Amino acid sequence: MNALSYVALESQFDEAEQAANSGLLRFITAGSVDDGKSTLIGRLLYDTGNVAADQLASIQATSQKRGLAAIDWSLLTDGLIAEREQGITIDVAYRYFATARRKFIIGDAPGHEQYTRNMVTAASSADSAILLVDARKCVTTQTRRHAYLAHLLGIRELVLAVNKMDLVDWQPDVYQGIVDTFNAFVSALGRHHVQAIPLSALNGTNVATRAEAIPWYNGPSLLEYLEAVPARRDAEQAPLRLPVQRVVRVMLGNAANGASNTEFRGYQGTLASGQLEIGDEVAVWPSGQRARVTRLNVAEQALAVASADRAVVVSLDSEIDISRGDMLSSPVQPPQVVKTLTADICWLSEQPLQARSNYLIKHTTRTVNVFFEELSYRVDVNTLEHQATPETAVMNDILRVKLKLQQPLLVDAYVDNRTTGSFIVIDPLSLHTVAAGVII
Amino acid sequence: MNGQANKPLNQAHAATDHLDLLEAEALFILREVIAECRNPVLLFSGGKDSAVLLHLAYKAFHPGRIGCALLHIDTGHNYNEVIGYRDRMAARYDCQLYVRGVEDSIRKGSVRLRHPLESRNAYQSVTLMEAIAEFGFDACLGGARRDEEKARAKERIVSVRDEFGQWEPKNQRPELWSLYNTRVALGDHLRVFPISNWTELDVWQYIQREDIELPALYFAHARQVVRRGDILVPVTHLTPAQAGDTVETISCRFRTVGDISCTAPVASSANNVADIIAETAQCLLTERGATRLDDRASEAAMEQRKKEGYF
Repeated sequence: MNALSYVALESQFDEAEQAANSGLLRFITAGSVDDGKSTLIGRLLYDTGNVAADQLASIQATSQKRGLAAIDWSLLTDGLIAEREQGITIDVAYRYFATARRKFIIGDAPGHEQYTRNMVTAASSADSAILLVDARKCVTTQTRRHAYLAHLLGIRELVLAVNKMDLVDWQPDVYQGIVDTFNAFVSALGRHHVQAIPLSALNGTNVATRAEAIPWYNGPSLLEYLEAVPARRDAEQAPLRLPVQRVVRVMLGNAANGASNTEFRGYQGTLASGQLEIGDEVAVWPSGQRARVTRLNVAEQALAVASADRAVVVSLDSEIDISRGDMLSSPVQPPQVVKTLTADICWLSEQPLQARSNYLIKHTTRTVNVFFEELSYRVDVNTLEHQATPETAVMNDILRVKLKLQQPLLVDAYVDNRTTGSFIVIDPLSLHTVAAGVII
Repeated sequence: MNGQANKPLNQAHAATDHLDLLEAEALFILREVIAECRNPVLLFSGGKDSAVLLHLAYKAFHPGRIGCALLHIDTGHNYNEVIGYRDRMAARYDCQLYVRGVEDSIRKGSVRLRHPLESRNAYQSVTLMEAIAEFGFDACLGGARRDEEKARAKERIVSVRDEFGQWEPKNQRPELWSLYNTRVALGDHLRVFPISNWTELDVWQYIQREDIELPALYFAHARQVVRRGDILVPVTHLTPAQAGDTVETISCRFRTVGDISCTAPVASSANNVADIIAETAQCLLTERGATRLDDRASEAAMEQRKKEGYF
């Protein structure tokens, strides 16, 4: 791939209007620079017409300045001065690209062992994960770690991207061996959908376009998969959860310009899951009182039904005492109201856990005091072995813990609901976010 | 909510439209900040991104009034159209508007210019920090987007700055799910970017969908320019034509509107949002690469300025 003779494919972005109707997919890429991750992302962006001319000129110039024969695509994603100096990726970077079918947000997580926390961070909001494997190396410890973390963070759609297939002469048995090893490992974790794709990021084979030259592979190219894979819609099917963010009261002339100045009381929040319809009965937690929905709005737009992910204002038919941190739910399938929790946490801070200290936990819109009652075991992310009763947690550790809460939280298991099943831990002294947890 | 009762209700299905999802994310972030921060402020420059942010704030708090004041850091080198627009928007949304000028900082001596016509863009950070201290703001809501620049791609949605306004890229708080940690120590403050995940095209599509008013500079108009390399430098009292320059009058528009001395227009005949969307979708140059003279100084220019407290 000579930098100067590198020719872009026809841009797929010819109808701007089409993009307006497409959905949004968030995915992460996991793997190390050696696996060709940056090259893969660069290829994906470039072949879909998403690298601007000035960006390309800039990375071409830098690549030539360094005496490289080809474009170093990592220059496109490694944004910080320190990263470019050291040739490593420090932090999660978010990339955006779009095709005529869909808009994509890539969470690009570095692959080094010490950066489990970055992978966890990127995976928390992803619908799908691309795990990169070098065809010459097979499934490594790192691949297993990434698959486990994707699983822990609730990603069910996995892509096993077997890269550098050109370096093993596209031998189907090499590919099949890797796929079999990976599937055996992943099926032991739980239920997933795995799409394996043989590709060459450097040559662009099976990245944005399907490779006709590989007669033994009939599956999709990476881009075809990304355009078609369902975004996480399990939130639609799950029972209603609406954590209250703010209570809005209109009185004495504090209405928005154009809005009525008549007295108004409503509850602002985003539906974490389920649907809400005018006339629906809802339960209000933690009190458990019931009320009916009389009005649903997104600003001046009145809705009959609101679905998961919408940020709405809800009005109810009775005057119940509701404040920030409370939750509206389906009356028949309520959340659990708990004062103790079992959870898997990832310790994110350079400061180790002080097991006898008091921390804060932020769960949906509610923040309460928490004690670590028990550190049950640490998970070795490479072997998945459990190490019993650790005394503390240090950065990148995954721990099973039992927590004691000062005030009740309104929770679901993470496997059932990624919003009401997740939390962060805040150190009340440093005010840093020190851990992230998923509720068992 | 006046007059809504008789209108047919919309059946809002799953938010699969990407603009609905981006909007919902921004409304959630705005509500979190207003609920948890003591004294937040919305940075409003009159540019398109802050216009979108102001519109989102209106939607987030409706039917209540926008829950915070607006702050404009005025370089003193803004186009009159933008200043007029800024004042009109503040009045429309019934928001308190604070304006603090780089001129004030120059007078106080906290900003020293190398020469009188030097771009004041980078000095906005000094004036902004002074305003934050003056009013005791603990959170500044801004319209920056991650797709603008490589360093921005790594900044959090809720980003902590110390009392020097410094951004420490290596020491950022992890940000997971939609759980934003808004706690800051006294003296520190937050910069919050609710439209982090929007691209330039998303912004224009949203402006079209929501019919958001913008300053006229964003649409094609006739303007005198001088070509310097591949950049069109507008001929103004701050950036006059030099001896030997060829001044041309062309049809152009601005993709970003900032300080006169560092914002260049692009040749364009797009005089409505639909045409701009079509142009943006086809566009080969990034927004900042085409139009921002200050980011060209070096590849890492933005990171450097952010570390110095720039927005």
